[in-house]
Amino acid sequence: MLGKIDNYFRNQETALKMRSYRQEVLASNIANADTPNYKARDFDFKAAFDTARAEQQTATLAMSNPRHLQPSTQVDIFSPELKYRNERQPSIDGNTVDMDTEMKEFTDNAIRYQAAVTFVQRRIESMKTALTGQ
Amino acid sequence: MSMFRVFDVAASGMRAQSARLNVVASNLANAESVTSSNGQPYRAKQVVFQAQPMTVSNKQSVGVQVAGVIEDQAPPKLVFDPKSPFADANGYVAMPNVNVVEEMTNMISASRSYQTNIDVMNTAKTLLLRTLSLGQV
Repeated sequence: MLGKIDNYFRNQETALKMRSYRQEVLASNIANADTPNYKARDFDFKAAFDTARAEQQTATLAMSNPRHLQPSTQVDIFSPELKYRNERQPSIDGNTVDMDTEMKEFTDNAIRYQAAVTFVQRRIESMKTALTGQ
Repeated sequence: MSMFRVFDVAASGMRAQSARLNVVASNLANAESVTSSNGQPYRAKQVVFQAQPMTVSNKQSVGVQVAGVIEDQAPPKLVFDPKSPFADANGYVAMPNVNVVEEMTNMISASRSYQTNIDVMNTAKTLLLRTLSLGQV
């Protein structure tokens, strides 16, 4: 039962975690808008999310005895590869933060985070309705 | 709750920008200071920013810190004023090398960046509060 509830929330949980991770990356870019030689970074959310979901489905190994060990340290799915953004306008101090892009991505990411929160909320409500019975 | 680290990052940005604003204020206030405690005309100061990872293990959150304050090495502006007690043998007074236009631009840039960091912090706060109210139907 618990495993099923876990699965029921898993996708949204993964989305929330990765959205907050991306929020950190974007906040770093914005904070470093005036730092010389700072290179703006980001990651491909869709690819990272797909990897994270695929990873979880193949997380356990098949075993013939319950005392067989499972891999304890798996690849950290929540640290996707950070890439460098292509700059659109070169600046004299080597900084590649483009404020318009960063603010757009930041706001976009914040709204999608809120959407994910709303989805979890609705799922909790559905689960509560199912558990209480009418 | 990695969203909390957004606060740290934005706060480091705000700290750095306010240090920059502080230096701009000193430069503007001393734009006409012919002499200072060391007997030399005031020299314009500039802050140097440096990217600084917030934690060792997490490479994704990079804050800003002020690496140091440097003095502008441009030569002092010479103003012809033979009556001044600070004039040299040729009648020129060495004035601070503060460029007021540059300082005003710096000030606008610093205050805009400060505001942006506040926006970032506000957004992170909204998201956190919504996350904390999860399940409280």
